[in-house]
Amino acid sequence: MQINFKLNGKPVSLAVTPDELLSDVVRERLDLTGTHVGCDTSQCGACVVHVDGLSVKSCTTLAITLDGASVTTIEGLAKGAALHPMQKAFTENHGLQCGFCTPGMIMSAIEFAERNPKPTPESVRRWLEGNICRCTGYQNIVASVMAGTAAMHAKGA
Amino acid sequence: MTNPTGIGASIKRKEDLRFLTGNGNYVSDIKRPNMAMGVFLRSPHAHAKIKGIDAKSALAMPGVAAVLTGEDLKAEGIGGLPCAWPVTGKNGAATKEPAHPALAQGKVRCVGDAVAFVVADTLEQARSAAEAVEVDYDVLPAVVGVLDALKPGAPAVFDDIPDNVCVDWELGDKHATEVAFKKAAHVAKISLVNNRLVGNPMEPRAVIGEYDFSRGHYTMWSTSQFPHIVKLLMGNFVLNIPQHKLRVVSPDVGGGFGVKQFHYAEEAVVTWSSKKVGRPVKWVCERSEGFISDAHGRDHVTEAELALDETGKFLGLRVNTIANMGGYLSTFGPNIPTNLYGPLLAGVYKTPAIYVEVKCVFTNTLPVDAYRGAGRPEATFVLERLVDVAAMEMGIDKAEIRRKNMITLPEYPYQTPVMMQYDSGDPVGCLDRALASADWAGFSKRKEESKSRGKYRGIGLCTYVEACGLAPSRIAIRLGVRGGLFESATVRVHPTGHVTVLMGTHNHGQGHETTCAQIVSSKLGIPSENVEIVFGDTDKVQFGLGTYGSRSAAVGGSALAKAADKVIVKGKKIAAHMLEASDSDIEFTDGVFAVAGTDRKKTFGEVALSAHFPVDYPLEILEPGLEEQAFYDPVNFTFPCGAHIAEVEIDPETGTVQLLNYVAVDDVGTVINPMIVEGQIHGGVAQGVGQALFEDCVYDQESGQLLSGSFMDYCMPRADNMPVMTVETHVTACTHNALGVKGCGEVGTIASPATVMNAVVDALAHLGVTHVDMPASPNRIWHVLQSAGAASR
Repeated sequence: MQINFKLNGKPVSLAVTPDELLSDVVRERLDLTGTHVGCDTSQCGACVVHVDGLSVKSCTTLAITLDGASVTTIEGLAKGAALHPMQKAFTENHGLQCGFCTPGMIMSAIEFAERNPKPTPESVRRWLEGNICRCTGYQNIVASVMAGTAAMHAKGA
Repeated sequence: MTNPTGIGASIKRKEDLRFLTGNGNYVSDIKRPNMAMGVFLRSPHAHAKIKGIDAKSALAMPGVAAVLTGEDLKAEGIGGLPCAWPVTGKNGAATKEPAHPALAQGKVRCVGDAVAFVVADTLEQARSAAEAVEVDYDVLPAVVGVLDALKPGAPAVFDDIPDNVCVDWELGDKHATEVAFKKAAHVAKISLVNNRLVGNPMEPRAVIGEYDFSRGHYTMWSTSQFPHIVKLLMGNFVLNIPQHKLRVVSPDVGGGFGVKQFHYAEEAVVTWSSKKVGRPVKWVCERSEGFISDAHGRDHVTEAELALDETGKFLGLRVNTIANMGGYLSTFGPNIPTNLYGPLLAGVYKTPAIYVEVKCVFTNTLPVDAYRGAGRPEATFVLERLVDVAAMEMGIDKAEIRRKNMITLPEYPYQTPVMMQYDSGDPVGCLDRALASADWAGFSKRKEESKSRGKYRGIGLCTYVEACGLAPSRIAIRLGVRGGLFESATVRVHPTGHVTVLMGTHNHGQGHETTCAQIVSSKLGIPSENVEIVFGDTDKVQFGLGTYGSRSAAVGGSALAKAADKVIVKGKKIAAHMLEASDSDIEFTDGVFAVAGTDRKKTFGEVALSAHFPVDYPLEILEPGLEEQAFYDPVNFTFPCGAHIAEVEIDPETGTVQLLNYVAVDDVGTVINPMIVEGQIHGGVAQGVGQALFEDCVYDQESGQLLSGSFMDYCMPRADNMPVMTVETHVTACTHNALGVKGCGEVGTIASPATVMNAVVDALAHLGVTHVDMPASPNRIWHVLQSAGAASR
C-alpha cells in the first residue's frame, strides 16, 4: 500500500508491503543507513528513531503504520554543520566508541531529555535500559545524556 | 612547549562526527550494483552425518541464483579454514588440526555449522529458498562439556581423534613445583569453571564479495579486525586467489573484542559465491545467527593449588585446566588457553615454582577463540580467587598477602618461572593507590551499615599482569604462530605539510584516528587536525597485522613513531640543503628545522613544500618527496599491571548482587589520550562485570542445543547494572618501545571478573562460602544461600 509520511522534515511517498519494517525502509529503500540493526529481538536499541517525537524501535515498527506520521532519524538531527546539543554532548563526554549503538542511544536520549528537564544519573540509567552498548560501560553515555539534557534546556537553546 | 594536540592531551575524537550524524560506513551499509543477497543454512543438530542435500526445489524458486554446499567446495578443490597458531604439546606432540571446511562436508559438528549458502535476488527470496533446502541428517550423540568429552566412550567429534584431545600442553618446572608443595605449611585449593561467553560486538558480522571478471580480481568487504591477515589466510589457504588479485576492505567496524579477528567461513563462501553467480553477493549476520556462528570465548574447567609457607609467602602454584576448543579449531584457538594463559598465572607475584597443564579438547559446540582478554582473564581469575582462598584460610588480610608476595619496583626487570620477563611495573604502587581510593580500611563500617539493612556487603581485590602488545615475532614464532607479528605504518607528507598516515592496525572503536594523530602531532610538531589516519583497506595500506591483543599503540604506535622519525631524518637533509648547512647541524624542535645555534630555520611546511618542488637537489644523495614507511617488531611483550577493587551488596531475600562501586588503578604505560584510555578501561571493566554477574553461554548438555541464543536469553550488561567507576593510571613507562606505551584495551576485562567475584565471596564468607562460579546471577546466589543455610541448620 502507498504511505505518505515526513522523513526528517521532507515528504516521502512510498509503496510498502504489510510486512516491511521501518528499519528496512529507511536503510534499504531510502538509503539512510545511520539507523542500525544490532539484534533481532528488539533488545539492543541501535535502531531507535523518532515517530511523532517519540522514540521507537524501528526494527519492530511496521512501515504501514507510518501513514501521516513524522519520522526523524539520526540524519535529521543536525542543522547543517550545527550538531544537536545531544550529539555535541556525546562527543564532548566521549559517550561513543565504535559508534554502532550511538544513533539509537542519541535518539533515545533526546526523548528522555524532553521528558526530564532535571534528570539524575540513576534516571538516565533506567531510561537507557532498552539500549545496549558493548564498548563504553555506559559511564560516559550517562555523562553525555546529563550534559545533553542540560544543554537542551539551557536558556536560549 | 606543551603540544595541545599531542601525546598526553585529552582531545576529543576525530572520528566522532561521522558516527554522531549517521554517516558511518559499516559493511551492512554498503550496496554494490546488481548485488545479490545470501543466507546460510545452518545445522540444527550438534552432531550429525549429512546423508544428502536436496536443493532442487530451492533452486526452482523465484530469484534464486545458487545453492552452494560443502560438496561444491570439495569439487573445486577449495581448502579448509587454517589454524594460524597451533602449539606444541607434552613431549613435542603437535596440535591436532582436523579439517575445517567452510561448508560442512559429510558431518556437522555443532549447532550453527554452515551446511549450504543460498544466493538470491533479495534477502526474502534467499531466506525462503534456504527453508526449502532439504538436508537429510543422521543425528549422532553429541558431547558438550569438556569433562564429558574426556570420559572413556564419549562420542568422538572427529573419527580419527577418539579421545577428543586436541593438544595436551604443559609449562613450568613440574619437579620444582612438587618440591615446593612438599615444603608447604599450607596448601590452598580451588576448583572452578570459567564460564563460556559470547563476545557480541553491537555490529553483527557482515561480508560482501565481488568478482571482476575483466581483471580476474576479487574485492571482499568484511567486518574484520585484521583485513590483511584475512586476505592472506583466505586468498592463500582457502580460495587460492593470488594476493595481487584480492582486496579486502574493513571499513567502519562496530566493535570487535576479538570476535572479529578470525578468518570466518562466511568470508570465504561469500567471496567464492560472487564468482559463481557473477554478481556481488552480500551476507549480513543476524544477532541470533551470530550466537551460533561467532567464535565463543573462555569455557575452562580448572583445579589449582597454591603452596604457602607459614607466613603466607607463596612457594609454588600448580594448575590443571581443561579448555574447550569447540567443534573445529578457530584461527587462534589453541593459543588462547596455553600461551596466553599459562605464563600469566605468575601474576605480579614472586612465586618461585609454577607448573601448569592444559588439555584442549574438542566438543560439539561452536569454536572457542580469543575474546577480550583472551586467556589472561582466565589466568587472573584462577590466581586471584586462589590467593583469596589462601588468605581466608590462613587468616591473613587479603591486601597484605598480596603485598607480601608482590614484585617490588626495584626488582624489575623480573623473570618469572613461566617464560615471561616483565620489563617494568609498580604493582605495589597500584595496590596502595587502589586501597586508598576505595577506602579499604573503612570497609567494616560500610559492611555494618549494610548489615543494619539486612544486606550482605563484600569487598573484593584483584591484582593482575597482562602480556600484550602482540607480539615480538622472535618469541611468537617459537610459540607456534605461523607468521610475524610486527606492525607497519606509512607517514605520507603532502606538499602543504599535512599528513596522511596509513596504519596496518584497525580502528573499531578504540579511537586510533585520534591517538595516532596525536603521536604524529608530538613527533612532527604539527596540529593533530592536520593528520588523517587511513586503515582497513589492503589496497591502500601496506601489509599490517591488525588490531587485537592490545597491540595497536604498543606495536602500531611504535611503527608510526619510527616512520615519523624517518620523516624527520629526511626533513633534516632537505632543510640542510635549503639552509646551505650540514645535515648534522640541523635540529628539529616543535615543527621547526633550524641550524643549531643560529636563527636560520625552515618550518615543517616549508620543508614539505620543498620536498615536492625540489630546487637544485643533489639528486645522487637527496631524493624528492617526503614519505616514509616503518615496520616495527617489538623485542618483548608489554606488561600492563594494576589493582582493582569492587564492593557488592547481596540481598539475601532475592540473591541479587548489586555492584556498588569499582576502583581501577592501572599501569598502562604512557597515556596518549587520558580520555580515551579511561573510556577503554570503563568498557573493559563492564565486559568483565558482565561475565561475573550476568553473561552465560549455556548449551543443553545432552542435545548440544544453544539455550542462550539471543539477547532475550543471554544477559548483556545494561546501563542500570553498572556502578560509577573510578579509573586511575599509575604509570611506569615500557622500557623497550620508544613511546613507553603498554596497552589499555583489555586490562579492565582481565581484572574485573576476579575483582567482582572476590567481593561476592567476601559478602558470603560468614556463611562458610569459599567460592561461587560465574555468573553470580540471583538464581545461583539464591541456591548458594539455600545450601549454606541448610549446612548451618
